[in-house]
Amino acid sequence: MIATDCGSTTTKAILIEKNDQGEYRLACRGEAPTTVEAPVEDVTRGVINAIREIQELRGRQFLRDEDATGAILKPQQGDAGTDLYISTSSAGGGLQMMVTGVVKKMTAESAARAALGAGAIVMDAIATNDRRLPHEKIERIRQLRPDMILLAGGTDGGTVKHVVALAELLRAAQPRPRLGSSFDLPVIYAGNAEVRAEIEKILQGRCSLQVVDNVRPSLEHENLGPARDAIHDLFMEHVMQQAPGYAKLMAWADVPIMPTPGAMGLIIQALAERDKVNVVGVDIGGATTDVFSVFDGVFNRTVSANLGMSYSVSNVLAEAGIANIQRWVPFDLEEHELRDRIGNKMIRPTTIPQTLDELKIEQAISREALRLSFIQHKQFAVKLRGVQRETTISDAFDQEGTPNTLVDMMKLDLLVGSGGVLSHAPRRNQSTMMMIDAFGVEGVTELAVDSIFMMPHLGVLSTVHPAAATEVFEKDCLVRLGTCIAPVGGRSGSTGHVLDVELALPGGSKKLSLSHGDLVRIDLADGETAKAVLTPARGVDVGRGPGERFEQTLRGGSSGLIFDARGRRPMAIPTERAARVAAATRWTKALDLYPE
Amino acid sequence: MGDAYTPGLTVTRSAVVRKTRRLPLPGEVVVQVGQKVKAADVVARTALPGKVNLVNLANAIGVMPDELSSKLAVAIGAPIAKDQIIAKSTSFFGLFKSIATSPIDGTLESVSEVTGSAVLREPPIPVEVTAYVDGTIVEIIPNEGVIIESRAALVQGIFGLAGEVTAPITVVAKQADQVLDAKDLKPEHEGKIVIGGGRATLAALRRAIELGVSGVVCGGFAYQDVKELLGYDVGVAVTGSEPLATTLVVTEGFGDIAMAKATYDLLASLEGKRASVNGATQIRAGVIRPEVVVPHGDAADAALNGASHGLELGAPVRCIRAPYFGRIGKVSGLPVDLHTMPSETKVRVLEVDFDGAKIVIPRANVEVIEQ
Repeated sequence: MIATDCGSTTTKAILIEKNDQGEYRLACRGEAPTTVEAPVEDVTRGVINAIREIQELRGRQFLRDEDATGAILKPQQGDAGTDLYISTSSAGGGLQMMVTGVVKKMTAESAARAALGAGAIVMDAIATNDRRLPHEKIERIRQLRPDMILLAGGTDGGTVKHVVALAELLRAAQPRPRLGSSFDLPVIYAGNAEVRAEIEKILQGRCSLQVVDNVRPSLEHENLGPARDAIHDLFMEHVMQQAPGYAKLMAWADVPIMPTPGAMGLIIQALAERDKVNVVGVDIGGATTDVFSVFDGVFNRTVSANLGMSYSVSNVLAEAGIANIQRWVPFDLEEHELRDRIGNKMIRPTTIPQTLDELKIEQAISREALRLSFIQHKQFAVKLRGVQRETTISDAFDQEGTPNTLVDMMKLDLLVGSGGVLSHAPRRNQSTMMMIDAFGVEGVTELAVDSIFMMPHLGVLSTVHPAAATEVFEKDCLVRLGTCIAPVGGRSGSTGHVLDVELALPGGSKKLSLSHGDLVRIDLADGETAKAVLTPARGVDVGRGPGERFEQTLRGGSSGLIFDARGRRPMAIPTERAARVAAATRWTKALDLYPE
Repeated sequence: MGDAYTPGLTVTRSAVVRKTRRLPLPGEVVVQVGQKVKAADVVARTALPGKVNLVNLANAIGVMPDELSSKLAVAIGAPIAKDQIIAKSTSFFGLFKSIATSPIDGTLESVSEVTGSAVLREPPIPVEVTAYVDGTIVEIIPNEGVIIESRAALVQGIFGLAGEVTAPITVVAKQADQVLDAKDLKPEHEGKIVIGGGRATLAALRRAIELGVSGVVCGGFAYQDVKELLGYDVGVAVTGSEPLATTLVVTEGFGDIAMAKATYDLLASLEGKRASVNGATQIRAGVIRPEVVVPHGDAADAALNGASHGLELGAPVRCIRAPYFGRIGKVSGLPVDLHTMPSETKVRVLEVDFDGAKIVIPRANVEVIEQ
């Protein structure tokens, strides 16, 4: 089987083969620059180049001379060709949508969740109560030129007038699609079911309208499935047909092309469901960063459209501020030089860090891109608003993070990283540390990384061949990095004692006593486990409550066990220049992140 | 990975440059195939739909939305003038009258019987597209625009600010690495395209704007200065619409960096010629480079721009990442195996000859100079 992912910067191809033992395994991967843009403007060129690399590395033929039926040789004949070809895509800016709702925090938020869950970037959410005047909303809709609009609003049997007003805004704005000036913009209506006839009357003939079940039939319930399915269908039927070369690519693929984040979401949900764990997944790309979470079975996805490591790297600087990036750089660098280097990465997005300092700078920026994306995710992954619920006194005193968020770092079991800067870090410890720093993991959390960036491929494969997808995911894709143990609370920033640890390791027992600011790594290989007795100091929480002692089995990985007592909420990082560099250098050494 | 290199920026004395000039919405093309045009000539025009105003007429005259159609004083689709009565109602046997007037000149587009709102649209906004470069119309895109072909010298930059200008070139820097400062700019540079050498300072750009210089072309610019100039960070490289009086084209990158000698020499040789310059940059989705186009109508050795020779032995390349950022050399080796860099990254590399010194660099970190 061959699977490709057409990303904004590179097209990645993987080859999966059934070996002599009857196992499905990753055989080979290839990549090439994505060619959706000028001068080539045909996505299939990059796909062919990536598959050609597999062909060269594997010494087998997968491509035929290009003809009308497609360039990929199917089905397999002897040693040549492949039985299945599938693809995901986020090239050319991915799927860009606009959504509407009556109340910003209720139906508009449900509509945004449906669009994000389908793998879209939400350019704007227009709501009746978003404080913009009607003409401002109309101007905004006209400027945006989305690929698709999800028109939601009202619960079934609820407001009619406000939903009709939203449709009238759309009609007045006469929005045009981003790609292709000759086709009608796809609009999905997923609002109050009782207004359907009225909506059809207003929008018929002015756009390509599809009506599906309400995303929020009542305040207590969301029903995102029908809208998500309609988005996927329209993505294939309308949007992809307009993108350069996609009509040909769609003809080659055996199953519909999925937006990359949609495919990644599938695999994260499957992992959470299978192991009954709370999972956060992240995919940091060149242009965007996607965050996925499953907490207590509830799936959420967000995309930070302008936080990435190449095209939008300067935007990370703009949003995080220079000081926040500098705090992760373990050497002294003049501010203007750091700015110039980041600017040059933006205009030359495909370049690679050749020197060690360049790598350190990129990994510092990635921490901020991930941190900011995760903040956005926590703000979005919330319980349904508008539902009557009881609050406790502890809610009132909770000053940390986002109220009402579903993301509870203490309850997080597994953090999975993907995307170039995490998957291709020269040392796995670098990925471990980037994720710990960026997400500020708390309590006991396992960490893993996508070995070579193939989770989206496996996500779409799971829809046609779940057994192969699962086997490859476990054996070739998911690299276990180890477990991080991060105490929270106590006297942050002081040198006080925070945690005692008794470890029963495969090679013998070990005791640790951690003070504030300590960062300690213990070897524990992938496949090995260690029994730990964790005794936090008074007021310090490692997962079972302040001061609560407990036993837990910890799983190893390429980085082993990381005991991180640098403090949380927030992490205690010196602000003074020399002290900051010294702290960053100390932590870098503790994990042997870089060559001497 | 054989294709894993960055297509370069074109710097050439003579090429066939094709420009697609397209309207934002379908409209009228006003030129013919084969027609010769000047940069300032209009080639296509259209009218953008006017701005929309929403007025709740039902509320204004105190009736239910479904009664509104009988209360309109103007037919749907009819023109309206500012302060003209567009709906009225009477009550108590004509004793009380309520009226709604138009806040704009335009047309009454529609009225909703559910919300009671009226859509009032302002008159269409005329839009014209000019040729931008002197040349010949070679293709008409029906109702959308034209393709113009011009034989010209072409210099593509890497980053720019502000949009299209046409003006004569004047060379200010005496050599390719000379920093362009405010003191170098004089009143006689007003309405000119000023060629700097190395970095242009923030003070130089501000002085250029003050003097009414049409454009500045330089090797480098500090990224921090972009923020100082615009008041905000350019987070994603999509530019061209900045409201600056002077268009900026940076040929090499951010920082203190000299203009490539071939670029400087070419621009210097074009002193006094009229150039079409655009700062618009879009690294993603479409790849638009800032540019200096100097049409010369000389067909002699012109080749169609865009034909790249790729990465081959002897090809001139520009390094586009530290530690050799900005240096120009020739490809002297293309090893097949992956190399481990000091960053421990394993990559495909090439060997570059910098005036006799041979250096190994990731293939992704060079740009072929298209000549």
